[in-house]
Amino acid sequence: MTTSIYAPMMARLVAVEQMTALEKLFTIELPGGQDLGHDPGQFVEVSVLGVGEAPISITSSPSRTNGTFELCVRRVGDVTNALHALQPGDKVGVRGPFGQGFPVEKMRGKDVLFAPGGLGLAPLRSLINQVIDERGSFGRVIILYGAKRPEELLFRDELDEWVARDDVECLITVDRGDETWDGHVGVITTLFPEISVHPRNTVAVTCGPPIMYRFVLMELLGKGIPETQIYLSLERRMKCGVGKCGHCQINNLYCCQDGPVFNYAKIKGVEEAL
Amino acid sequence: MSLMILDKGALAPLVNALMADYRVVGPQAKGSKFVFGPITDPAQLRLDYNTTILPPKKVLQPQQERLATFGLQEPQVEPVIEAEPTVLLGVHTCDLHAIRLLDTVFSQDHPDAHYLERRRQTVIVGLECLEPCDENSFCKDMGTLTAEEGYDLHLTDLGPAYAVEVATEAGEELLARYGTANEAGEADIRRLNEVLSAKWPRFSYRLEFEAAELPSLLATAYEHPYWEELGERCLSCGSCTNVCPTCYCFNVLDEVNMVLTEGDRLRRWDSCQLDEFARVAGGENFRETRSARQRHRFMRKGRYIYERFGESGCVGCGRCIRTCVAKISIVEGFNAIHGSPELAKV
Repeated sequence: MTTSIYAPMMARLVAVEQMTALEKLFTIELPGGQDLGHDPGQFVEVSVLGVGEAPISITSSPSRTNGTFELCVRRVGDVTNALHALQPGDKVGVRGPFGQGFPVEKMRGKDVLFAPGGLGLAPLRSLINQVIDERGSFGRVIILYGAKRPEELLFRDELDEWVARDDVECLITVDRGDETWDGHVGVITTLFPEISVHPRNTVAVTCGPPIMYRFVLMELLGKGIPETQIYLSLERRMKCGVGKCGHCQINNLYCCQDGPVFNYAKIKGVEEAL
Repeated sequence: MSLMILDKGALAPLVNALMADYRVVGPQAKGSKFVFGPITDPAQLRLDYNTTILPPKKVLQPQQERLATFGLQEPQVEPVIEAEPTVLLGVHTCDLHAIRLLDTVFSQDHPDAHYLERRRQTVIVGLECLEPCDENSFCKDMGTLTAEEGYDLHLTDLGPAYAVEVATEAGEELLARYGTANEAGEADIRRLNEVLSAKWPRFSYRLEFEAAELPSLLATAYEHPYWEELGERCLSCGSCTNVCPTCYCFNVLDEVNMVLTEGDRLRRWDSCQLDEFARVAGGENFRETRSARQRHRFMRKGRYIYERFGESGCVGCGRCIRTCVAKISIVEGFNAIHGSPELAKV
């Protein structure tokens, strides 16, 4: 029996939930119910056999495994469109988990500020829920979430839960509202003036569309949060996941191996990063 | 390990004997050029070749290979390792250095069984270059004009015979089993040393500085205007990376049979010079311009690979220069940046 780093395990879709017009949430069970064993912020390579493979961040928290894990997937390319056509019970290939996740241990005892934009909530949710499940070992938990429109907000039930909790400060904004929306309107950076932080004791985590990073970073740095306490999760075309194929290279770094979670102080001089 | 002498007349019988048990791949003529290809007749073998269009990496990392087969009715995957006992004959020293780098790349961190098994089953017979292949190579600058390792046997042309350096047990076994070679005498060793020292003046330096300075030079050159100039000329065809002996980037794709019951997961060479290489599904392209892509190639060859693996990503073979229709020259590029370092710092 040969072993290959490119051969996926065949996993089973346990549940498929339509979240928005473009995003579905897939609950996946590995063969024999084995644990994926991931860190928050890591990703897997998902295959639809015959169509191909795509890197997808793991959205479920390691603290909530139950023998399954979750992927929140936007229908945007060949593989993700094929994935969206699958039903519970169908099989998908899985390799991973890969990459560097969020350094949870370094965050304990600190205030944690999450700034996800759009689909960037998917990877951050893995950490948010772990922090909430181990609430006592973190300081303040602040979530500033921005989406383009109300119908594009992900994980609506959990958002409501986070907003309702006394021990979580969760603010949500949309770029453009509609008649159903009576919340905050404006891009994600308009939420920052609403909160004050203790910068030295705050770790910030952000993920979103490429355009968003520099604006969110300006806000975070403007609040005095040290560069070493800011983490970003970056998207690249991680074809192999194991530092070989070259597609995800960011200057001399491989997003799949050195990331996808990067410390800002370490990548701010890496020209292709942001 | 030892030095043997193989009469030139004994080469064809050796190749013939190898062909019975191995896939034998070596340099042969193709039009006015040379290529590495399967040898089915010892007469095809052209150890007098200058350089080949594609490097011998294609023997170890083929343009296309199967990584796995899969069934679609009851979805399942079976890994495939495509490897067969191979003798790779006549590899010049620049390419030996390149193969050693590929060995490092594919064995480090997550070992790649597809490459490594093929490599394990390949016996490499090196060939000392005694004449420059043409004006494009700069192996002397890159320190690849000789190789101390990376081969099982290594040939040097002594005129009527080859000196055969036996470097590994696999090489020793191969020669003992399939060839008729004699131990080198003192006269042979003297002749070999004469031939080896006589070759050096025939090769010229083309880099205007020490190759060891390349990583630090390029570290200051990210904003150099030279990249824009390259972007204006580059046609984004990807030829430079295809012919590069150390370019190993690849794409992975699925191919399904006509009746949609099964298929193959394939790996194919890919190129960072192609527009879609760094594009993600949402449409964002992280290396959108030709200048950014050429810069990435220069940086990989002169800096990134060195930083990651401790070895140069460029072996000075000159293939990318030879093949470029826009006449982009990596050695001229390195010299241009070195010649105007003040521009790099702005």
